[in-house]
Amino acid sequence: MSGGLYSMQSKEFDKTLDMTKIKPYGDTINDGKVQLSFTLPVPAGEEATESAKILLKKMGLENPQVVFFKELTPGYTFFNCYGSLTHTVDYSSVYVPKVESNKMDMHETDEYIRANVGRKIVVVGASTGTDAHTVGIDAIMNMKGYAGHYGLERYEMIEAYNLGSQVLNEDFIAKAIELNADALLVSQTVTQKDVHIKNMVELVELLEAEGLRDKVILICGGPRINHELAKELGYDAGFGMNSYADDVASFVAQEFVRRNEVKTL
Amino acid sequence: MKSKIGLDFNKVARARNFASSIANDVNSFVSGFTTTAVERTLCRLTGIDGVDAIGVPLPNVVVDSLKSKGVLGDGVLYYLTNASIASGKSFQEIAEEIAEKGLDITRFPAAERGIFEAKLSELVAESLGRISANRNKREKFISEHGEGEKPYLYVIVATGNIYEDVIQAQAAARQGADVIAVIRTTGQSLLDYVPYGATTEGFGGTFATQENFRIMRAALDETGRELNRYIRLCNYCSGLCMPEIAAMGALEGLDVMLNDALYGILFRDINMQRTLVDQYFSRIINGFAGIIINTGEDNYLTTADAFEEAHTVLASDLINEQLALLAGIPEEQMGLGHAFEMDPELENGFLYELAQALMTREIFPNSPLKYMPPTKFMTGNIFKGHIQDALFNMIGIWTRQGIQLLGMPTEAIHTPFMSDRYLSIENAKYIFSNMRSIGDEVEFKEGGIVKERATKVLNESILLLEEIQKEGLFNSLEKGIFGNVKRSRNGGKGLDGVVKKENNYINPFIEKMKGGK
Repeated sequence: MSGGLYSMQSKEFDKTLDMTKIKPYGDTINDGKVQLSFTLPVPAGEEATESAKILLKKMGLENPQVVFFKELTPGYTFFNCYGSLTHTVDYSSVYVPKVESNKMDMHETDEYIRANVGRKIVVVGASTGTDAHTVGIDAIMNMKGYAGHYGLERYEMIEAYNLGSQVLNEDFIAKAIELNADALLVSQTVTQKDVHIKNMVELVELLEAEGLRDKVILICGGPRINHELAKELGYDAGFGMNSYADDVASFVAQEFVRRNEVKTL
Repeated sequence: MKSKIGLDFNKVARARNFASSIANDVNSFVSGFTTTAVERTLCRLTGIDGVDAIGVPLPNVVVDSLKSKGVLGDGVLYYLTNASIASGKSFQEIAEEIAEKGLDITRFPAAERGIFEAKLSELVAESLGRISANRNKREKFISEHGEGEKPYLYVIVATGNIYEDVIQAQAAARQGADVIAVIRTTGQSLLDYVPYGATTEGFGGTFATQENFRIMRAALDETGRELNRYIRLCNYCSGLCMPEIAAMGALEGLDVMLNDALYGILFRDINMQRTLVDQYFSRIINGFAGIIINTGEDNYLTTADAFEEAHTVLASDLINEQLALLAGIPEEQMGLGHAFEMDPELENGFLYELAQALMTREIFPNSPLKYMPPTKFMTGNIFKGHIQDALFNMIGIWTRQGIQLLGMPTEAIHTPFMSDRYLSIENAKYIFSNMRSIGDEVEFKEGGIVKERATKVLNESILLLEEIQKEGLFNSLEKGIFGNVKRSRNGGKGLDGVVKKENNYINPFIEKMKGGK
């Protein structure tokens, strides 16, 4: 069933790397190798395997191989597959909007705030709406931080308030007003059926209604969030997977300074 | 018993004494109060079900009607029983009349004492009979068909649609799962009512409703007969409807319930008075129904560090154990929790985990310990995640955990696909079989990492329990001594549902259920 231990496949294709036409890489430039797994709602059998291969071809995969299958329960079959992708991407023309700030470590950020702001920046964070997960907001805010990156509570020049989970947008705003927040951090972990989008948009609308939107730096984060989505929803920045407190703090400090420069011009 | 890891059982006894004193102190408060949730539970136990014209559950209708008159302190059973005797109608009919016609049940005369008691004990006996029948049914099924070996393989389903959940649950059972947990929709813990009927829309989970319980129970019984193995059903008895969900589970034959005394206070900001009163009655019901409770200590470690805060987990396990004992739950039904949450970057992290798991096993020898998989350090790298879960499974079999909550390689990405569950069950079965007797074979060296670690964690938890005992649990929670979370006695959600018991108050279920099967 598998392609064997050694690949005997023809490698008669152009092996030069062309940044306008990049492809997945297995062990040779432009071999296009892709691995994927999925379940089809059909019983195991030759028709099932063939269906999987046809799907791979439709995805643009040449030489589709089903290397493993297993009927998980009657009528549902799981596949592990490989193939060579025919599609390419022009890497040289790809544009992704990104958070524009220089990443600084904790000490640099504290120094930067001391020198350019002269007081502590107040940051209020929460996992809002019905979301009960604190893992994201804790990773960014808790003293200890995450994966060796200290959290905002440890920054000398940041006054950090972590309100925890399931904070209603109304309560979040009330607390932000009470604490005179400069920046708001919204964490969203549960994203099933786009429940997070609705909740995040509602916060922006409420802030606008209160006339607060321009007065705070509004940031969101979570495993399914990126900067582009954040901007689309009316946030100043969005941080996804593999972002840490340093990323957030650097952005907040620099954005705060930038805004005040604009005001004094 | 001789400890394999050099635990001093005199110290364990000392820790347990502190926990016992903490729990007794809590119970002396609890016995003077009832809550809206407890009263709604009594409605459900005495046969009130259904919703009114605008979808409000009838137990809420009844309880709210008494609360608005300021007489809830006398309890629903007092008024319902008198109303039933005077009108000749059933509790359900009375509830419907409150909903439809605004019937005022406080206006019925108090019945003669003997008649009142006879009527009420008849209803209580009927309710207890139904719950006992479920318990007997479970025991009979297990004796006829058998059950999986411990550690039970526990997986979750979380599609939001109970009918889709059934497909996923039956598939998981066929792959080898012993316990199916239907994750609740996000936010249900903060609803002050239980939704009604079969539901097909939820976020990150499926509403816990009595009808959903019934649908899943029937599906698992069907699959259990097919597989010749009993499949347990788990749900979540936490939040503002803790005892109500316990009652629903008892009435519908659930087997396992998440049921932590402190979790709601610390992690959902539910008022501490409310939670502590609610947990007591919910646990009495779970105990009587033969339901294994699972406690939520793993949650401390998603917030705090698993290496630094291990003693918090043990302290909480001991408090949960003592509170459960006071509610009549036998050790065999205490699925005390802990979790595999060490930072994978920590050198020898596996040994520390092993030490803590062995320690927990030895301190609670009869408890079907609930062991939670890695979640905090699952990254989206599904390949590494599968290995993290493998290490977790090794400790599970090595230390003979009771309920192994299987980790999914796709943790932190999505609620499990059917294939994720298959891969996780395959992982666990492989390791459980290949390493079955490792715990009997391996001994630990004197002064080594494992023995030192276990002793250190136990010592630290004694200090913590001593501090909590001196302060009392309420003050400790206010000061943030526990889990580094500060909660005020009168803050949080649900305080307005806490009511002082008055002279007429009666709840015969407490004594009857604690009296045994």
